[in-house]
Amino acid sequence: METAHKHPRYLLIWLYLALLTAAELTLAFELPISRNLKLVILMVLAVWKALLVAMFFMHLKFERWNLRILFIIPIPLAVIFIFAAITEKIW
Amino acid sequence: MTHATASLMRPPFPAERGVDAHNLKLGMWVFLASEVMFFTALIGSYVILRFGAPGEWAKPGVVLNIPVTAFNTFLLICSSVSMVKAFAAISDGDQKMLKVWLLVTIIGGAMFVGIQAYEYTHLIHRGFLPSGVREGSELAELVANGTLPAATMGLYGSTFYAMTGFHGFHVTCGVVAMAYLYLFRVRRGKYSQQDYRGIEAVGLYWHFVDLVWIILFTIVYLI
Repeated sequence: METAHKHPRYLLIWLYLALLTAAELTLAFELPISRNLKLVILMVLAVWKALLVAMFFMHLKFERWNLRILFIIPIPLAVIFIFAAITEKIW
Repeated sequence: MTHATASLMRPPFPAERGVDAHNLKLGMWVFLASEVMFFTALIGSYVILRFGAPGEWAKPGVVLNIPVTAFNTFLLICSSVSMVKAFAAISDGDQKMLKVWLLVTIIGGAMFVGIQAYEYTHLIHRGFLPSGVREGSELAELVANGTLPAATMGLYGSTFYAMTGFHGFHVTCGVVAMAYLYLFRVRRGKYSQQDYRGIEAVGLYWHFVDLVWIILFTIVYLI
């Protein structure tokens, strides 16, 4: 069983997630900024939300690195896969 | 031969802390690592197809119903919170609140699937199919008058239904798993402050499904 720690403030995380979702929607449909900038900011917001879920709801923040690595290892593989396939015609 | 004897005689290694996770939790994490690869294969294919597509992609909000999906996203985030509240309740030994929060999570998850089914029927009715746009439909007119790009609608349809369909399938599996836990474990009082491994493992799965949706919502609906 996991070691005793005080529960994180889940409702605060929920509020963060709700606000970030609202920010995404406003950004995607209301703000008149360039498409590429929008794309970058939207991806940052999405990764931020995903990290909040992984760190607090999945308790990765409180786990040992041995376990965190399990989850992190496939992610660089995904990036390599996408990069390799996109640049396929070059090589 | 001497080697085999020597290894038999070797004293056991001292105990290590390892990953500090019980078997069910470790198993779930290994499964989730494979799920990361599964979804990145889908998302990766989508990115590649979109980059290599012969022309523009449909603008967000023209085909898909953003307000309904935004509500659905919020619903899934709420059900993730209620799941973690169920976990917190039983780790404090509170059986009653475990029941309440788990039930809230099941209802939230089932509503998500229901709204997605509604979204699908609505899209198909408007003429958005996995193979592209149905002839003579409302969307076909938008393609004809140039609002939607004709060249990429097939790719759009197939990637959309593949990604959201597989995600919806995962949500459905999660709802079934939680309903099983609720009916056959939680209601019979099988979990206690000392042992709530099932709740923890299914909770991890549920949060992962939420995490995947957060990424999908952005790349499918908003970009």
